[in-house]
Amino acid sequence: MATSTDRIDKKILLHAPRERVWRALSDSKQFGTWFGARFDQPFIAGTAITGKFVPTAVDAEVAKSQQKFEGTPFSISIDRIEPISLFSFRWHPYAVDPGVDYSKEPTTLVVFELEEVSGGTMLKVTESGFDNVPLERRAKAFASHSGGWSDQLNMIGKYLALAA
Amino acid sequence: MMQALTSEAAPIFAALGDETRLHLVARLCGGGPLSIVQLADGAAVSRQAVTKHLHALEQAGLAHSNRIGRERIWELKTDRLAEAQRYLDRISQDWDAALARLKAFVEKPEQ
Repeated sequence: MATSTDRIDKKILLHAPRERVWRALSDSKQFGTWFGARFDQPFIAGTAITGKFVPTAVDAEVAKSQQKFEGTPFSISIDRIEPISLFSFRWHPYAVDPGVDYSKEPTTLVVFELEEVSGGTMLKVTESGFDNVPLERRAKAFASHSGGWSDQLNMIGKYLALAA
Repeated sequence: MMQALTSEAAPIFAALGDETRLHLVARLCGGGPLSIVQLADGAAVSRQAVTKHLHALEQAGLAHSNRIGRERIWELKTDRLAEAQRYLDRISQDWDAALARLKAFVEKPEQ
């Protein structure tokens, strides 16, 4: 299960008390402020709520790059809320294409774990379950972004088709 | 690193260094997947020669075929595993950015 393509692990030291970090994660309004989303309801374990992408209020430059996703709705299912150590939810990763119905597709599990350390809070974030997401979806998610051998091959092909 | 890349890339460029094979890549790109009959149609060489060239592309990892019914259907091979990794890298970068914003958010005085 722990394949390199299945999960993402992050760890970051935050110079803030654990209670402060907990509020920033578990309060849907605060979560939205840094993440770049708006939720109309609070996070309650076992419930599914809808959010909308909005530009983050924390970083103007990032806000600009997020504008293209503005208003795109997405759904998250709150999994566990265990003050003040663990918060987790399920969602559809990178569900930013308004033309795609993601609801029938497998979700990934996002887990935030808080640990008190000297100088602040150690936050561990894991997102797992990517191996359940169809390869097709994964391969196509960033098709518009350049890179990758197959893109290059396709460009050669298009060029040749034009020249023929 | 560079050497590894070059030794990987050499067969690819060798496979593409042929007019007929480049033509096949263009056909597969524009209208693939295609059967050998379709690929040979309009080609300047025989069906046998097309088959041979397709196998050369396959050996270089650029194309692959599936048997569907009585026909063998060819398509360009996109490296899906590499793309899956690229997808994860991208999401990982998004998390790095989001966590940097969280850090800025929690480390300034609460409003």
